[in-house]
Amino acid sequence: MNYIYDLHRTMMSQKLILVYDGDFTQETTKSILAMAERNLDSSGEESGIKRKVFNVMVEALQNIVKHSSEHGLTAGSLISKSAIFMISKDDKKYCVMTGNPIPKSAVAKLTSNLNDLNAKDKDGLKEMYKEIIKNTQISEKGGAGLGFVDMARKSGEKLEFSFDAMNDDYDFFCLKINISREKE
Amino acid sequence: MEILNLKGTEDTPTILLDKKNGIFEISGRSLPEDSAEFYKPVIEWINAYGAEANPSTEFAFKLEYFNTASSKLILDVLSALEEIKGVKVTWYFHDDDEDMEEAGQEFSELVEIPFEFKTY
Repeated sequence: MNYIYDLHRTMMSQKLILVYDGDFTQETTKSILAMAERNLDSSGEESGIKRKVFNVMVEALQNIVKHSSEHGLTAGSLISKSAIFMISKDDKKYCVMTGNPIPKSAVAKLTSNLNDLNAKDKDGLKEMYKEIIKNTQISEKGGAGLGFVDMARKSGEKLEFSFDAMNDDYDFFCLKINISREKE
Repeated sequence: MEILNLKGTEDTPTILLDKKNGIFEISGRSLPEDSAEFYKPVIEWINAYGAEANPSTEFAFKLEYFNTASSKLILDVLSALEEIKGVKVTWYFHDDDEDMEEAGQEFSELVEIPFEFKTY
């Protein structure tokens, strides 16, 4: 039973205010958002920061929902179940973090997309956003390909990411988005 | 023309399109799972309205939050409005919500419709 206390201590030391590991659907997205929102409200967070955190959470969660179904995986499958979502909060910032399996074949493209994005400044991201919104059709599962761009714009910081090998076919994609609590 | 009246939920906006009373408004939160499906009747309504539009149409966006999938559909709504003569958009935002103000400005740069910005 020690792992209960260990997990609790990890959450405390990492300043995690919310962790969800499991199945991701629009319904769980709504529940997680409602919980996180209550937490932000009760802590009296400034409304501008609250909105940014909410914004980044929505895109991060919907990314997972979209990708777990995009790969032909129905809700409840092993892959979609093994995704994780967390938020941490300290004096300086919130971090929205996600982890989900992606096929190894998708890693190179995702890496180059994220590197492209991280190389852009505020105006560059704005141009990218406008370019995508003008020229894309909504993909079947409702993605516009704008999620990462929007997360980068709202956070104003680089997106941190890494890949861990899971098995022959899948890597675990970890993403971390920082939202500063300090006034600009 | 029939009124399109969609009551808002925790992830979809309130939509009221009423030709007779000249009320055209999208408000609240927009983060549906399938934004294309959600906005389909809205765009169809606007296209039908275009054939028999009022001399002037003031279309209000009073959004608290929208996700990126919705932003693409909002642009589609605006593009449908662009085809109609006498359309003006009023873009509402909370006075401390710079991101929502900027989002409105970006939309205004993407379509040829006059935008007016108001805080609420």
